[in-house]
Amino acid sequence: MQKRLFVKGNEAVAMGAVEAGCRYYFGYPITPQSDIPEYMSRELPKLGGTFIQAESETASINMLLGASASGARAMTSSSSPGISLKQEGISYMAGSELPGLIVNISRSGPGLGGIDASQADYFQAVKGGGHGGYRLIVLAPNSVQEMYDLTVLAFDLSDRYRIPAMLLGDSVIGQMKEALVPHPYHPPADLPAKPWAVAGKLGRSDQRIVKSLYLGDGELEAHNWRLHEKYRQLREREVRFEAIVLEDADMIVTAFGSAARIAKTAVRMARESGLRVGLFRPITLFPFPEAALRQVTEGCKKVLCVELNAGQMVEDVRLSVDRDAEVRFYGRPPGAGSLPTPEELYAQIRKHYEA
Amino acid sequence: MTTALQKVFDRPVSLKDVQTHFCPGCHHGTIHRLVAEALDHFAVQERTIGVASVGCSVFLYSYFDVDVVEAPHGRAPAVATGVKRVHPDKIIFTYQGDGDLAAIGTSEIIHAANRGEGMTVIFVNNTTYGMTGGQMAPTTLPQQKTSTSPYGRNVQSDGYPIRMAELLAALDGTAYSTRVAVNSPKNVLQAGKAIRRAFQYQVESQGFAFVEVLSACPTNWGMDPLKANERVGDEMIAYFQLGTFKDVAK
Repeated sequence: MQKRLFVKGNEAVAMGAVEAGCRYYFGYPITPQSDIPEYMSRELPKLGGTFIQAESETASINMLLGASASGARAMTSSSSPGISLKQEGISYMAGSELPGLIVNISRSGPGLGGIDASQADYFQAVKGGGHGGYRLIVLAPNSVQEMYDLTVLAFDLSDRYRIPAMLLGDSVIGQMKEALVPHPYHPPADLPAKPWAVAGKLGRSDQRIVKSLYLGDGELEAHNWRLHEKYRQLREREVRFEAIVLEDADMIVTAFGSAARIAKTAVRMARESGLRVGLFRPITLFPFPEAALRQVTEGCKKVLCVELNAGQMVEDVRLSVDRDAEVRFYGRPPGAGSLPTPEELYAQIRKHYEA
Repeated sequence: MTTALQKVFDRPVSLKDVQTHFCPGCHHGTIHRLVAEALDHFAVQERTIGVASVGCSVFLYSYFDVDVVEAPHGRAPAVATGVKRVHPDKIIFTYQGDGDLAAIGTSEIIHAANRGEGMTVIFVNNTTYGMTGGQMAPTTLPQQKTSTSPYGRNVQSDGYPIRMAELLAALDGTAYSTRVAVNSPKNVLQAGKAIRRAFQYQVESQGFAFVEVLSACPTNWGMDPLKANERVGDEMIAYFQLGTFKDVAK
């Protein structure tokens, strides 16, 4: 029988990372994700790994850059204000084609905001939060099990494409406890080696250089086209989503992460009262499941996008849906007391369904 | 009787056989050579990883024949920390200018030193931002005119030049901290010894080693190379005293 544990979402992230072979963690304490560094500070030394509580978020992302450039599986984690501070290093990692995991257990903002669940970092995560026009692989778990599974997947995708990966959770998913089956990790057989990682020349004739500066005529454009080709490949090959009772749906609710968790209950309530409503949940926020969403919204009259913010993913939903489908939105700016209940979402579903 | 000619002076093998982009009279070339000589001395070129910073020295990988990671501005000590933790048996060095290390990267250098990270830091102090065109640096001397201190550095409003070698020597994690100059043959020889000692600390796994090198930037100082050399000797050394402020293995 498979082992079942009862753990917090944040602990599941840390457990998944360790299982996936991550032995280097660099971070700075911030609520509501401190369970992750606490777990790593306890477990990594036992495994011969390295835990560093860095002097700043900036230092921790650059330590990750250095460890990734050295070929190791490595990670950092933080929450929204800390993720803002990391953007410089994330842009450099993207430009240097470095893998690595950045976990954002996001909280409400802007500024210091609050510590409540928030999805207001969607734009920052999926549109390239730092300078220069790049993308991250962005995965959005909606359960403790997915916190573990998607952490493992993030390392594999990040290594395969040499693109930094972000796990975008929030304080609900990070702090809640659920059953977890910690599946053993088997690295994909076709996972590429890292012949680009610095190691000292060790008798090699070639010099390994990890960099993002390209000054020669045409070099930077060619470099950027190479990055964009990888983004295209991600869109083609790595889209993941969950679709629930869409077949006969007149209205499809779109939501990710913890909002999707609440919406799932609301959609079930709607079904029980006879409304033909389904749920479409993007798991990869980048690559966004554009084609899949277009397909499932064919013949569907309405799409209701639900988010824990004032409207961000809805822009990608509008760009993706079938042109005959009308897109509506429901969301509230995050903060204490603004997390919608299933009843509240059910009432919204009914309202938009009927009018 | 004939005597066979013998080559007695050559390029260090850790340096590539290429021309540099540095301005006439710039000391980066000299300092690059001293670092390469130290790598050759310990025969560690094959297991050395350099961390380049932002500024005139960003092209470290064009001149040193070693693996190199390019760090964001000021973050080289943090990047080097990540590299060193993955490769504890390798020789890791950063090469940073004064804007990089003593302004935007102050936090990273202080904490890398304080953790006693096993790395060698070469800090090139020329009292100005070279790459961006000669703006005021944290090391710009009082009254020194730069493109952003056109009336001269006013310590009342701009603060004082930072003495990094002394500052870092005060940290328990620092094993070696010294200041040298490369304005005269005697000082170049002394600088070479200091840089070698800083790498010796790492070769022998004895902790964080820091070498501040006073150097000239004739282009941005508006001087010819000889005048610039004189300024290092006359003005810079008067404020930034040469000497070793910590050498724990001694």
